[in-house]
Amino acid sequence: MEEESVALQRRSKRRATLDVAFHGLVLMATAFALIALAVLMFDVFRKGLGWLDFQFLVSFPSRIPERAGIYSSLTGTLWVTAITALFAFPIGVATAIFLEEYAPKNRLMNFIDINIANLAGVPSIVYGILGLAIFVRGMMLGRTVLAGALTMTLLVLPIMIITSREAIRSVPSSLRLAFLAMGATQWQTIRHIVLPASLSGIFTGSILTVSRAIGETAPLILIGALSFVAFVPRSPLDEFTVLPIQIFSWVSRPQAEFSNLAAAAIIVLLIVLLSMNAVSVWLRLRFEKRNSK
Amino acid sequence: MELYSNMSKKNKILVVAAFTLILSLAAFGCTSGGKESTTGTGETEGESKNLSGNIKIDGSSTVAPISEAVAEEFMAVNPSVQVTVGTSGTGGGFKKFTVGEIDISDASRHIKDEEKEAAEKSGIEYVEIPIAYDGISIVVNHDNDWAKSITVEELNKIWAPDSKVKTWKDVRADWPDEKLVLYGPGTDSGTFDYFTDEINGEEGASRTDYSASEDDNVLVQGVAGDKGALGYFGYAYYAENTSKIKALSVDGGDGAIEPNETTIKDGTYKPLARRLFIYVNKKALERPEVKAFLKFYLTEGRTLVSEVGYVPLNDAEYEQSLKLVE
Repeated sequence: MEEESVALQRRSKRRATLDVAFHGLVLMATAFALIALAVLMFDVFRKGLGWLDFQFLVSFPSRIPERAGIYSSLTGTLWVTAITALFAFPIGVATAIFLEEYAPKNRLMNFIDINIANLAGVPSIVYGILGLAIFVRGMMLGRTVLAGALTMTLLVLPIMIITSREAIRSVPSSLRLAFLAMGATQWQTIRHIVLPASLSGIFTGSILTVSRAIGETAPLILIGALSFVAFVPRSPLDEFTVLPIQIFSWVSRPQAEFSNLAAAAIIVLLIVLLSMNAVSVWLRLRFEKRNSK
Repeated sequence: MELYSNMSKKNKILVVAAFTLILSLAAFGCTSGGKESTTGTGETEGESKNLSGNIKIDGSSTVAPISEAVAEEFMAVNPSVQVTVGTSGTGGGFKKFTVGEIDISDASRHIKDEEKEAAEKSGIEYVEIPIAYDGISIVVNHDNDWAKSITVEELNKIWAPDSKVKTWKDVRADWPDEKLVLYGPGTDSGTFDYFTDEINGEEGASRTDYSASEDDNVLVQGVAGDKGALGYFGYAYYAENTSKIKALSVDGGDGAIEPNETTIKDGTYKPLARRLFIYVNKKALERPEVKAFLKFYLTEGRTLVSEVGYVPLNDAEYEQSLKLVE
């Protein structure tokens, strides 16, 4: 009897130690990621902050670091992102609605499902090759904003479809059925029930997806986006460069000042990304408040 | 039901708001007043007679800083000409050049036979114009106190495809038994092509167990952080980092010569001093803006070459290049 309780005690002690050890392990993993991020941010801000001013935002690239800026690459990034959103959002949401609300459950649809999921995992450079073949050479768009944005659209579409579908799926079917039972058509149900209830999720997903495209470099390098552009694109058919390419081009310059410029450009890129994420959080909070009323 | 239609209206407002935000971001891009491009070096002899058009340049990332500097100054004088520079590498540039996608190709080596054939196939004629010198520098760590110079034979011994060299002692008997760690450009680089051709006697023939990067700054970092390191890359990257790395004098048979502006320019830094080129599509050369750009490149560009870290040609050579443009 006594022996048994000693054994029990020992076992529970061992379990407690294991518990503490595991806690420590996951804490360390988290700390590792956070410290790496902190070091990275510290380095970027230390090098870049001194170079960041309004002049930097509205100057073109230059061989003289003091004169150089990101006007052409920042506007290029905004152009590409906006046009990507313009194409990807309607196509992505419409596809999601079709797949969730209209599509029959059969083998073909199953096949399409699997393919979309696979496409979401395809490395971005593969989309660059596709973009080069179809948009730049096939459709003769050249190395333009439009070609870049269409390539990015291909890249973000699968993820946009998947996140939109998740949002649509999360609308309780009791709501749909109730509305249908009152004689509404399917289109009316989608418009008045499904979309309003899922819009916050769709928006959050879409903005996060598009902001992923902002950081992409590989596909744009492949379709031939340029490293030196000293004018601002005036239409989707102008040539362009984007922030990540400008950063890449500065980092590989021999003079040390250019790596500081790159750091400053990284800060701007982070600000653009964070503000897009902030918009998506704000939208979600707003919709949630509304829906809970 | 009223609740839902009511909500969808508010949601609609939000949808519109979100789209407006995205579009206004784009609109900021095209409307907000940018400052005019940087001031030019001065008047060029009456060339700014309302030229306009696009000039597309792509190719070697080694040559790009020169083309970018020239483009910057040219556009300051000719604001309606849009010059763009890409950095696809010498090979990547020629791929676009030989199918007529670009007007000018930056190259850190001569055009290869298969690239010539590609140009012929698509009916493209071109001119090769030398624009500057570069000296491929052999660099070692700052704490390397044994090596001062190296012969071409020794370099070949190190870099040959079947090289067995593992330590510095294997290269020269009186050097220490320190592990030799190699850094060099990747196989897409014109620098790699030139170096392997000169040192190993065959373009592209090199040992492969070295740290390769297309980004020369990565190579600088590597050599600076490793006592037994040896690497090679363009002169500009050595000249900007003399506090971190040392260059070896190279003995090509007539005594050891260190790389500097003089030895690279007069060709005594043998055999690793090389010329950098631009290739121009002859059809594009008929366009006034391209012709003006090239003239500018070979006159005003001379000072810009050294400003971005390369060695300018002799004046006589520039005059010769100018004749090619005419």
